[in-house]
Amino acid sequence: MIDVQDISVSIAGTQILNQLSFRAGAGQVTSIVGPNGSGKTTLLKAITGELPYHGAIAFDGADIRSYSSTALAARRAVLPQAAALSFPFTVFEVVRLGLLSGLHGQSDDLPARALAHVGLAGFEGRFYHALSGGEQQRCQLARVLVQVWEPIRDGKSSWLLLDEPVSALDIGHQLEVMKIARDFADRGGSVIAVMHDLNLTAMFSNSVALLAKGRMVTQGRPIDVLTNSHLSAAYRCDVRVNEAPAAIHCLPYLLPHMASVRRAAE
Amino acid sequence: MALFDISVAPAARRPIGDRRDRAVQAIWASAILLAVMAVASLTVGASGTSLFGALLDWAGGQGIGLRERVILFDIRAPRMLMGVLVGASLAVSGAVMQGLFRNPLADPGLVGVSAGAGLGAILAIVLGGLLPASIAAITGMYTVPVAAFLGGWLTTMLLYKVATRGGRTSVAVMLLAGIAVGALSGALSGVLVYMADDAQLRDLTFWGLGSLAGATWGKLAVAGPLIGLSLCATPFLAKGLNGLTLGEATAQHLGIRVQRMKNIAILTVAGATGAAVAVSGGIGFVGIVIPHLLRLLIGPDHRFLLPASALLGGSLLLLADMISRTIIAPAELPIGIVTATLGGPFFLYILLRNRGILDM
Repeated sequence: MIDVQDISVSIAGTQILNQLSFRAGAGQVTSIVGPNGSGKTTLLKAITGELPYHGAIAFDGADIRSYSSTALAARRAVLPQAAALSFPFTVFEVVRLGLLSGLHGQSDDLPARALAHVGLAGFEGRFYHALSGGEQQRCQLARVLVQVWEPIRDGKSSWLLLDEPVSALDIGHQLEVMKIARDFADRGGSVIAVMHDLNLTAMFSNSVALLAKGRMVTQGRPIDVLTNSHLSAAYRCDVRVNEAPAAIHCLPYLLPHMASVRRAAE
Repeated sequence: MALFDISVAPAARRPIGDRRDRAVQAIWASAILLAVMAVASLTVGASGTSLFGALLDWAGGQGIGLRERVILFDIRAPRMLMGVLVGASLAVSGAVMQGLFRNPLADPGLVGVSAGAGLGAILAIVLGGLLPASIAAITGMYTVPVAAFLGGWLTTMLLYKVATRGGRTSVAVMLLAGIAVGALSGALSGVLVYMADDAQLRDLTFWGLGSLAGATWGKLAVAGPLIGLSLCATPFLAKGLNGLTLGEATAQHLGIRVQRMKNIAILTVAGATGAAVAVSGGIGFVGIVIPHLLRLLIGPDHRFLLPASALLGGSLLLLADMISRTIIAPAELPIGIVTATLGGPFFLYILLRNRGILDM
């Protein structure tokens, strides 16, 4: 459980987040949505410890700043928006960096399994910087998955904090990546994802936080948050939620079920 | 605990893209090369006698002549050890700087550490004569090395203070401050060169181009512990530098204590570079060429890159020193000229051949 209480964040004198509160529960996919500049990434960076803030962020009941970096690394992995490498690593070596947190010893088969998981099987020997943008994003996701491979570890939920995990991906891979996140949460893990695509958000999230101008508009179930009035006000344009034919507000409840049915069929 | 964690499991079926086996082989090959170079460095030179036989005799427990003993153990041995230490510290400092600054072209020369050390040395050469006799008597032959080390150390501390705010060191600010400090050191050095007399100018030129000619057991006793201590710190940096290739934030997320790691890295580079510049002057290109070459061969994993850089850096400097001692014997060419002549074109060649890998 991550509990953000009344945090404010300023960057270079500009207030980005203003008295914002946010919650993400264990075993859930919690999405953060909102227009550009609304503070989505800033909120995620406050939670990851990259940005200083006023207010309180509790992680499983204790102040998140009271955890050592090693203890945090054992519990949560972070996928940044852009990840440029300074040196020519191979894909295998990049994914293996996820093992730096020291959780899984030297288990050499984990990177290959994670790469297969994100659809990059056989890419181990390629150079990272020779991959396409979407492949790099999935390679980084594999690294992040390697860091917190077990969704539940020592009885505690592991966390994936994803900043726009599907921004560089085609629709097929967008679905694949969101299914990985959903599956991680279904197995007891927890996911916080900064999202732009409201359809994917509706399909895969348990909880949605809608931000605008550094404040929380509302947070709750997708069906309650993703409404015409909330979205139109937040995005300052006319947004109509299309309930037919897909009836998207039903999907969050159907989809986990469908996913498990599909897994059983496989 | 092994100093470097290079004890990888037997390669049953190493995944493709995993270059650890090749890295371990490269470390062994570099170690063998260094041993060969060390023996060659003891026995090749301008003396005109066969020292290899004398060395074998000595190793076999037989007595050798006074002349051979003096050349081998009083002249060449300290010089050889100094070459190994200076080469290793330059190459490792380059590799650590590049990892720290996340920039494959970073080098102690780039952030002004070498320039600061150089300014210290020049100050000592030009103004050393103004020291009160009592102090000069104490500092003696160590004036220039100690001043160079202090210059490098103070520069690093100054840069660090400028670039650190609230416990966080900004690499960009440090890089820019380094350029400013380098320019300032250059200007001050220029003023001092202008003030220098002819004999001092000769000293300055020779020192600036770099040489191992002044190596003695005494200087080795001054520089050796500092360089050795710095090199011993590098194994603790390898993991952190690996994480840092993904950026500071991601390194932190991986559980690396980034700020502590940066502190150790900066102290290591200041110690190793300051001591190396102090005893050998400005020897360029080792810190850039060696880590580059090794990254192309074994990849950028610092657990292997740092020890391999130390071994290969030592070998390269011994080779350059042998060339500098023999090519215009009995005179000596400053070693900086040799490393620049070997390193410059070689560096261009690897850049041209590997633009694809480096262009990222």
